[in-house]
Amino acid sequence: MKVTVDTGVCADHGQCIFSAPKVFQFDDDGRLVWEPAPDESLRASVEEAADVCPVQAIRVDD
Amino acid sequence: MTPRIVIVGGSLGGLRAAEQLRVHGWSGELTVVGAEAHLPYNRPPLSKNVLVAPDASALSATELVNYPGVALRRRAHVEDVSWVTGTEVTGAVLADRVVHTADGRTLAYDGLVVATGLRPRRLPIDGFGSQRHVLRTLDDAIALREQLTTGASVVVVGGGFIGCEVAASARRAGCRVSVVEPFVAPMLRPLGSELARTLQTFHEEQGVVFELGRSVSALIGRPSDLETLGTVILDDGTELEADVLVEAVGSRPNVEWLDGNGLDLSDGVLCDNLMRVEGRGEVVAVGDVARFPNPRFDSTPRRVEHWCVPADTAQRAATTLLRGLSPADSGAEAPAPFAPLPAFWSDQFDVRIQGFGRTDHADRIEVLEGGFAPGWASDGVVVGYFRESTMTGVVIAGGTPAQRLRHKALLEAVG
Repeated sequence: MKVTVDTGVCADHGQCIFSAPKVFQFDDDGRLVWEPAPDESLRASVEEAADVCPVQAIRVDD
Repeated sequence: MTPRIVIVGGSLGGLRAAEQLRVHGWSGELTVVGAEAHLPYNRPPLSKNVLVAPDASALSATELVNYPGVALRRRAHVEDVSWVTGTEVTGAVLADRVVHTADGRTLAYDGLVVATGLRPRRLPIDGFGSQRHVLRTLDDAIALREQLTTGASVVVVGGGFIGCEVAASARRAGCRVSVVEPFVAPMLRPLGSELARTLQTFHEEQGVVFELGRSVSALIGRPSDLETLGTVILDDGTELEADVLVEAVGSRPNVEWLDGNGLDLSDGVLCDNLMRVEGRGEVVAVGDVARFPNPRFDSTPRRVEHWCVPADTAQRAATTLLRGLSPADSGAEAPAPFAPLPAFWSDQFDVRIQGFGRTDHADRIEVLEGGFAPGWASDGVVVGYFRESTMTGVVIAGGTPAQRLRHKALLEAVG
């Protein structure tokens, strides 16, 4: 599973962090950081994170 | 015959319902019928970037559906869903399990998802149609965008979130902007007076003029051209110059197509906590058309017009519907109560207002962090909303993303 975030679109809502905290976090500067190749066992939470992104900036590919 | 689920409503709720039905194992037919000509798209940018972003200004509706932020991600699961766009569903006979479309088709279903959403209310005044706008659909946004030209006088009726977002966008487009609002401050009901007044001042500093405690009583044409709107007259006689009128006065649910089935349609479609319509196993509702009880607060069913509601309710409704359609599984234990945490946000100029929980029925409102002194927009101000000593909601205006998340976590722990 490959996760990409369009940082030009990301508006720091942080909803993904609640859906998939093992994959998405804010760093100390408040910028979104993410695991680009999370384990398949996290798929449901990653898909949900992409669903709930208010600006739909998250892409999930197989 | 292959069993079929029909989803009426082709926006976010319809899409998320289709995805969740596939995720939870529905292998029968899935048909989504939507009144709009476009496939589902994301509405929040319509009042912001779509109106003012330079790179969006020349894009057509077809191009905007793929514009960053407007484009909705669709899960791979829905590749085989049948999308029927530009088609209004005009009636349903639940006893016969059929819906009727405006172009004369009858669609039979085994399961039905009600996802028809809302439409904007209009002022009860006739005339000047081409200068009067609402903001719900992509086509609405494009029509408004074309009239937000530098120097145009824009009167926004309604000082809620959408009205204030449109006012901010119109100022950015170089328009002269007035907001007419019946309450004493904009966004008063969801935010409370102190934060509402602070945001009012913030808008005024950007050049927005508020007409508070006022309503529109008449629309008048230009002296030189009576067919063209020139003046908005308020209930106290104030005259506002107007080239463009935006009506942001709330919404009403699209439920008329369900008339005649004995349902409670008094404010959206009444559902139980499983999102079943009137206890039917084969009919569920999702999104802001659904009135359902949230045990996080009480047992009163309510409609909720937040962006996260379609996704939350679609998960719940999909599992309910599949259980209803597969009696063999009905022995499974009852699911846990559905108690989603409301979440909303609004971007106005460069400030984000983000809220969680219920903020509109507080008996006490308290500043938890920061204050309303100048600098609040960069430092952030955090306001708690309490009901009978329990915090039921929190709003963070300005500040940093991490600050906003911390308070959502706090509220989830409370709730």
